[in-house]
Amino acid sequence: MAFEDQRTTVYKVNPEHPESETLPTLRTEELLLNMGPQHPSTHGVLKVILELEGERLVKSTPVMGYLHRGVEKLAEDGTYHQFIPHTDRLDYVCAMYNNFAYCRAVEKLLNLQVPERAEYLRTIVAEVQRIIGHQFWLSAQALDIGAMTVFFYCFRDREILLDWFDELCGARLTTSWYRIGGVERDLTPALIDKLKQFLDYFPPKIDEYQVFLEKNRIWLGRTKGVAVISAEDAVNFGLSGPVLRGSGVDYDLRKYEPYGAYPKCEFSVPVGKNGDTYDRYWIRVMELYESVKIIRQCLEQMQEGPIMADAPSVTLPPKERVFTNLEAMIQQFKLFSQGFDAPPGEIYCGTEAHKGELGFHIVSTGGGKPYRLKIRAPSFIHMGAFDHMARGYMISDACTIFGTYDIVMGECDR
Amino acid sequence: MHPLLLRIQHTFSVGVTNVSEWRGDVSVTVTRDKLREVAQFLRDDPGMDFDYIVHVSSVDWPDDEERFEVVWEFYSIRKRQRIRLKTRVPETDCVVDSLTDLWKGADFMEREVYDMMGIRFRNHPDLRRILMPDDYTEGYPLRKDFPLRGKGWRDTFDFLDEVPR
Repeated sequence: MAFEDQRTTVYKVNPEHPESETLPTLRTEELLLNMGPQHPSTHGVLKVILELEGERLVKSTPVMGYLHRGVEKLAEDGTYHQFIPHTDRLDYVCAMYNNFAYCRAVEKLLNLQVPERAEYLRTIVAEVQRIIGHQFWLSAQALDIGAMTVFFYCFRDREILLDWFDELCGARLTTSWYRIGGVERDLTPALIDKLKQFLDYFPPKIDEYQVFLEKNRIWLGRTKGVAVISAEDAVNFGLSGPVLRGSGVDYDLRKYEPYGAYPKCEFSVPVGKNGDTYDRYWIRVMELYESVKIIRQCLEQMQEGPIMADAPSVTLPPKERVFTNLEAMIQQFKLFSQGFDAPPGEIYCGTEAHKGELGFHIVSTGGGKPYRLKIRAPSFIHMGAFDHMARGYMISDACTIFGTYDIVMGECDR
Repeated sequence: MHPLLLRIQHTFSVGVTNVSEWRGDVSVTVTRDKLREVAQFLRDDPGMDFDYIVHVSSVDWPDDEERFEVVWEFYSIRKRQRIRLKTRVPETDCVVDSLTDLWKGADFMEREVYDMMGIRFRNHPDLRRILMPDDYTEGYPLRKDFPLRGKGWRDTFDFLDEVPR
């Protein structure tokens, strides 16, 4: 009761100020606190208005839209191909998976089959992107909670993969490597060698990350039993990805609505039990091992073959042919100026990105531009559950909850 | 026809205006007054069991009599099936029932539809703009009559004169 004593000494009647005799009753009221929009642990520009009772969160109201760029409106103004670079800027730390999700949605609209080698390439690169995403998440979450070392270790390994991306497509973050109907270019033998080297190098490093955290009392104290959400609530809120699986719901589109080369690979989907921050952490770390497994299998199974679907009215010609061949140049010009003629219809296509279900709802009335394109962004939908998950926890846990969603504001605000 | 659609048509003889299946996506259009009833059925019926809300979207068809279309997408975790529920709203009476009490996740998604398309949701607990600023006066940006470059709201901002060096 040291705290009580302190309080009485502070409010002891001071003979020189007799009015202080009336002070001892403490004033209590709820405090409004603006967290953000420039708080480092909100992962971008996000403001949350916190109603506090002492240090406990009573109610929190997210204020979003600081990064709103009207991507859905822009989509209606460009052709289907022209939207691919916009998808890079949604979740800007994991551009490849956004490209993948978008291309898959357009292919579903067009009913376009992607050649087998392209499917393998897509899966390999998507899983590399998942590794990058989870490394980025782990470093940011640990940094938010106060464990600085993990950040450096994760970024050291992430750098290897970003350089690999750089060699693959000329960009580290805004990649635009996927194309409607295939991929932009093939993996060179040198790239495959580098990736194989990384796969041997990486699993011991995952153990290393865990050593820093799993026996760390502060980490355990600040993640175990924090931001618990039950399975029913998680489903009801529409959460997805590791946040949903952390509550024990087995929902992974790679397994249940298989796409790419996932049905040909053997991998397991880790599912948590308690629905707390620690379980979501554990799932993501386990997914790192699974991603390594998937990439290994894909590299083994992959056969030679075309990397772009044979549909000249839709797919772009290879770049080297555009500069040497007239027909290819006309094809490229027509596809970028007018676009291809998409059939009228409406589709929704969800893809399991590393944050959760990234979906595209496309309405087409024919012609080269989407009539309406809606992005189902996992970060946005996870923010809807913020108030529910934060209620009753300490103010410092708010940072943990942003982190546990793996929130990226580019995707949240679109 | 898809068994889900047969079941819905069988249960609701009035109110279901269109059912379709395209590219494997199953979709049901209902009239506005039957929306809640159908949604409740989709969630609670053991054969349907759509417990997971995927997203809420909206489409603007300016030439149609009932201008706006609101689209819900549901998934069933146990049955592993998807369905799309649609309804139409006229511009003059742009209100539709909120499904927030059935799926809590609908809260933010419906706010986004309101913000972008101006469709109001009856009984929504906190219907405010979510992505655009609260004092935004230009209207609803995803409507088809909204120009891509905006209506000039940004030109009304006070800019500081450049300080001469």
